[in-house]
Amino acid sequence: MSENNSAEKIDKAKMNITDEVAIRISEMNKWFGTFHVLRDINLEVKRGERIVVCGPSGSGKSTLIRCINRLEEHQKGSIVVDGTELTTDLKNIDKIRSEVGMVFQHFNLFPHLTTLENCTLAPIWVRETPEKEAKEIAMEMLEKVKIPEQANKYPGQLSGGQQQRVAIARSLCMKPRIMLFDEVTSALDPEMIKEVLDTMIQLAEEGMTMICVTHEMGFARQVADRVIFMDEGQIVEQNEPESFFNNPQSERTKLFLSQILGH
Amino acid sequence: MKNYAYVREKSIPPSPPPLIEVGVIGWIRQNLFSSWFNSFLTLFSLYFIFICLIDFIPWAWGGHWNAKSLRECMDLDPNVACFSVLAARWEQLLFGLYPADQYWRPTLTFVFLILSIIPILFPRFFRYFWFSVIYPGLAIWLLWGGSIWSIAIIYIGVIFGVASFTVLSKGVIRSTSVNLTLSIVITLLFFLFLSSTLTEFLSYLIPISLPFVESLRMGGFTLSLIVGISGIVASFPIGILLALGRQSNLPIIKMICVGFIEFIRGVPLITLLFVASVLLNYFLPPGTNFDIVLRVVIMVTLFSAAYMAEVIRGGLAGLPLGQHEASASLGLTYWQSQRLIIMPQALKISIPGIVNTFIGLFKDTTLVSIISLRDPIGLASTIRADTKWNGIYWELYVAIGLMFFIVCFGMSQYSQYLERKLQTDK
Repeated sequence: MSENNSAEKIDKAKMNITDEVAIRISEMNKWFGTFHVLRDINLEVKRGERIVVCGPSGSGKSTLIRCINRLEEHQKGSIVVDGTELTTDLKNIDKIRSEVGMVFQHFNLFPHLTTLENCTLAPIWVRETPEKEAKEIAMEMLEKVKIPEQANKYPGQLSGGQQQRVAIARSLCMKPRIMLFDEVTSALDPEMIKEVLDTMIQLAEEGMTMICVTHEMGFARQVADRVIFMDEGQIVEQNEPESFFNNPQSERTKLFLSQILGH
Repeated sequence: MKNYAYVREKSIPPSPPPLIEVGVIGWIRQNLFSSWFNSFLTLFSLYFIFICLIDFIPWAWGGHWNAKSLRECMDLDPNVACFSVLAARWEQLLFGLYPADQYWRPTLTFVFLILSIIPILFPRFFRYFWFSVIYPGLAIWLLWGGSIWSIAIIYIGVIFGVASFTVLSKGVIRSTSVNLTLSIVITLLFFLFLSSTLTEFLSYLIPISLPFVESLRMGGFTLSLIVGISGIVASFPIGILLALGRQSNLPIIKMICVGFIEFIRGVPLITLLFVASVLLNYFLPPGTNFDIVLRVVIMVTLFSAAYMAEVIRGGLAGLPLGQHEASASLGLTYWQSQRLIIMPQALKISIPGIVNTFIGLFKDTTLVSIISLRDPIGLASTIRADTKWNGIYWELYVAIGLMFFIVCFGMSQYSQYLERKLQTDK
């Protein structure tokens, strides 16, 4: 695990958590076939809150955040995002997806489009933003992730870290109110993890509501307002980072932390 | 300090490779004479090419072009080609039984064909795409003749439908699907009740027409091109829809698509052509005149659409799931993500297979000779039936083969150009 020291003193005072509820998940259950992958998940995320979800592989953490924008369908309970409940209604799903940005482990950039086109595509087709304006927004976001000079290159010509930053910029172009990060640094070389984490920290400082599935414990310590530990499809422990790391309560959490931090 | 400890103080600048590894000599050494076995293969291949050409070139080069019959050719020199048959019958090979004074029509259609595919093949000329749109109607009118308005009315009807859709969309009703249904109904009503009157009126007002040529007179390479190009153009979109249908979550649509693909692929094309030429007449109400060329085109289209669907499905399967997820997570709808993200990539992966299917379809058009349409192969038998040319084989088939080769080689070259152009990872 690469510890991130450069921005150790980030200004948490700027990061206001409001009382407004961004996501409310109650009594949510999901099965893959007969496998009970998520069990009685209850979670309330406030606007501006940054949550890190960790846990062993197969614990359901990725599935949890994929349920939030309906890449996976839950079978019981409810998920309400920005006041809209996720049902089978396609209009609701499209609305929520355009409000919730998601970044994936394997970037999933569109290889047949340039960086700039990757960023302008959704605003033009989903938001119906005029092309010129969409380009301006895209350049602004590419500057924010510090790669405006790569705008006319194709994803295949960029490094992994650059691709992941483009993927973040692509999501930001939709001006999402919530961002989901699904193990975004797991597929990167150690040298590139930092540039992606820095981008995420910058987003956090701007007050974005974020849910990050990650094993970057340094990042969790610095940025998270709350750390959630999951195992076997359940939320086992959640706490503020200080208490979570220094004083874990559950045996399972202790074991996990000792293994992940112990080397 | 250990004795292997080392720190580089100056970096080595890059230098050019040794001369013997680059340029013409380097290429020959690496590719033709890299080992004794390769050297042997190179020399053997050169010898093989040499003995092939030593007989073929004098045969072809010294061929007769002006003899009146095969007999005359033989008397002049039996060891060289008798291309006189081509000189005497080239018009038939190209145009079949098309009326001789109307040869300019298929010729013009062919010239327009080339002009109309340029905007499709090369995006640089995309502003002329309107010509590609009007070309099918223009070609049908030029080849079959009749009043121009009987073809133009189809375009007028479609424009009418699109216009009504635009007007409806600007009106009170916001739902796209309702508007679409309404405008389709309006268009159908137009074709059912208004179009024939309008056609007559327009023909009376501005009488532009060409002498009618019936389908059985279409033949030669013209027929191959008619069937081949129509098949290619129509089977491509149908193939895409079938491939998508086969992956659909809706069981009925999936079942229909799978059933169609498996049935068509499991039946020889010849069978379908016989169905088109003979059996279909039994099923149609008596007196209906369902054009034979159209029937053949439909069968060839369905046949290659089934293959196309499988080729494109291969391309779809080659895409990582992440592409679907990424486009869904951005809020794109199913059709948007198919059109903008999935299809461009799936089609790019499938280019070799798609072009393979196209080439296969184009050559399969020669099968129509079995149902006694006069494509070049059918005409070859007709020409041999003439006592003057009885017994001639090579020269006719070389010429026919060459015509097909030029078209198919062109397609293959274009596909390679396209693959290079669409490469985005270098």
